[in-house]
Amino acid sequence: MEHITLLLAIVIVTALVFDFTNGFHDTANAMATTISTGALRPKTAVAMSAVLNLVGAFLSVEVAKTISGGIINEDGLRTEVIFAALVGAILWNLLTWLVGLPSSSSHALFGGLIGAAVMSAGWSSVNGGTVVTKVLLPAVAAPIVAGLAALLATRLTYRIGGKIRNDAQEKATAKGYRAGQIASAGLVSLAHGTNDAQKTMGIITLALVTGGVLHPGSNPPVWVIVCAGTAIALGTYLGGWRIIRTMGSGLTDLKPPQGFAAQTSAATVILASSHLGFSLSTTQSCSGAVMGAGLGRRGGVVRWSTATRMFVAWGLTLPAAGLVGAGAELLTKQGTWGVVVVAALLVVGSGAIWLVSRRKPVGHGDVAPTGVAAESPGVVTTAIAAVSPPLTAAQAAAQDLKTTIPAPAGTTQDPARPATV
Amino acid sequence: MNIDWAALGSVFGVSLVVTVALVGFFTLGIVGLSKQPEPAAQGGSGGSLLLARAGAYVCFALCAAAVAYGIYLIVA
Repeated sequence: MEHITLLLAIVIVTALVFDFTNGFHDTANAMATTISTGALRPKTAVAMSAVLNLVGAFLSVEVAKTISGGIINEDGLRTEVIFAALVGAILWNLLTWLVGLPSSSSHALFGGLIGAAVMSAGWSSVNGGTVVTKVLLPAVAAPIVAGLAALLATRLTYRIGGKIRNDAQEKATAKGYRAGQIASAGLVSLAHGTNDAQKTMGIITLALVTGGVLHPGSNPPVWVIVCAGTAIALGTYLGGWRIIRTMGSGLTDLKPPQGFAAQTSAATVILASSHLGFSLSTTQSCSGAVMGAGLGRRGGVVRWSTATRMFVAWGLTLPAAGLVGAGAELLTKQGTWGVVVVAALLVVGSGAIWLVSRRKPVGHGDVAPTGVAAESPGVVTTAIAAVSPPLTAAQAAAQDLKTTIPAPAGTTQDPARPATV
Repeated sequence: MNIDWAALGSVFGVSLVVTVALVGFFTLGIVGLSKQPEPAAQGGSGGSLLLARAGAYVCFALCAAAVAYGIYLIVA
C-alpha cells in the first residue's frame, strides 16, 4: 500500500466512523429487550454484544462484493461518491441517535449512495426497481413479519406458562427466560457483526480497488478486517443508550416472557430472511418484534406516538441521507478543497450533534429496568397464590399479568419518553 | 421490477413457524423444569415428575439445536 492518497485515507477513516456509528446505533437491536427486562445488566449486555460483534466480523470471509446490492450502478463509481454517501449515512445515524429512534443503518447508507450517485451521474445511475424491492418493500414487510411472529409467540408462551403457580416456580421460569433471551440476543449480535462489519469491509475494499491499491476481486487485507471489526465492536460497547431506551421501554413495557418472544422472533426473522434470499432490515425486524410482543400480552400496550415517530424516521431515512449525500457530492465534485470542506463539515456536524446530546445525556443508568412500583400488588398476589393453591381462572389471568420483575430502586424518570427533539 | 413474492412468503412462513415452535418448546421446557414434587398430593407423582424433567430437557435440546443451526447459518 505504497500510494494511499489523501482522499483514500479520508474515505477509509470515514468508513470506519460509519462502522462505529453503525455499532452504537444497532446495539439496541440485540440488547434493548435483554436490558429492559433485566436479563443482563446494561454494561454486561453491551460488552457481550461488542465481543460477539467482533467475533462475527471474523467469522465469515464472504465479503459483500457490492455495497449497494444493485441499487446503484457501481461501475466506475468514484471514491468521492463513496465518501459523500458515507457522510450522509453518518449524519443521519447520529441524528436519529440524538432523538433516540431506531432506524436502519443500511438504509441510511443506501440513501447516501443514491443521493451521491444521482448528483454524480444523474438519475440513470439509480436502479428504481431495486430500490422498491430491496428497501421499500422490506421496510414494510420486516415489522409485520417479526411483529406477527412475536405476537403469536408471546400469546403461546403466556398460555403455556399460565400454569405456573407459586413463587419458587416463578423464580425458576424467570431464570429460564433470562437464559433464552441471552442466547437469542447473542445470535442477533453475531449476525449483526457478520453482516454489518462485512459491509464496511466491502466499502473499504471497494475504495482500495477504485484507488488502484488492490486488484479487482481481491479479498480484503487483514488490517481492513481487524479495523472494521474493532470499530463496530467499540461502537457497540459505547452503547446507544438513547435508542436502547426507546426500544427497550419506550415502545412498550416488556416482561421477561415478552422479551424472550421478541428476541427469538427477531433472531429468527433476521437469519431466515438473509438465507432465503429476501433481506430484511435488522432494526426494523427488531422494532416490529418488540411491538408484536407488546401487543401479545393481555393488557400490554404499544405507545403508538413513539412508534409513529419511528415509522416517520424510517420513511425519512432514504431521502434525508440522500439529500446530505447529494450535497456532499456536489462539494466533493469541486476538487480537493471540496473534499476537505466536506470532511470539515462532517466533523463539525458530528461535534454539534454530540454537544446537543450532552445537554441531556442518557447513560447506562437510564435504561436499567425501572421498578414497576404501581404493580407492587404482584408480590401480594403471588403470596396469596402460594397460600391458596386452587386458583380460579380469573385469578390465574391476573397473576399472568403481574409476573414479577425484580424491582431495584426504580428511577423516577419516565421511561416512555425518549430524548426530546 | 420483479418482486420475489415466493421468497418473501417463505421468509414469512418460516419465521412464523420457527419462532412460535421455539418459544413454545422453550416455555414447555421451563414449565417442565419448574414442576416440583407435590408432597402427597397425588399418588405416584414421582414418575410424572421424572417425565416432566425428561421432556423439559428434550425441549431445551431442541432449542439448543436451533441455536447451533443459527450459528452454522451465520458462519456458512
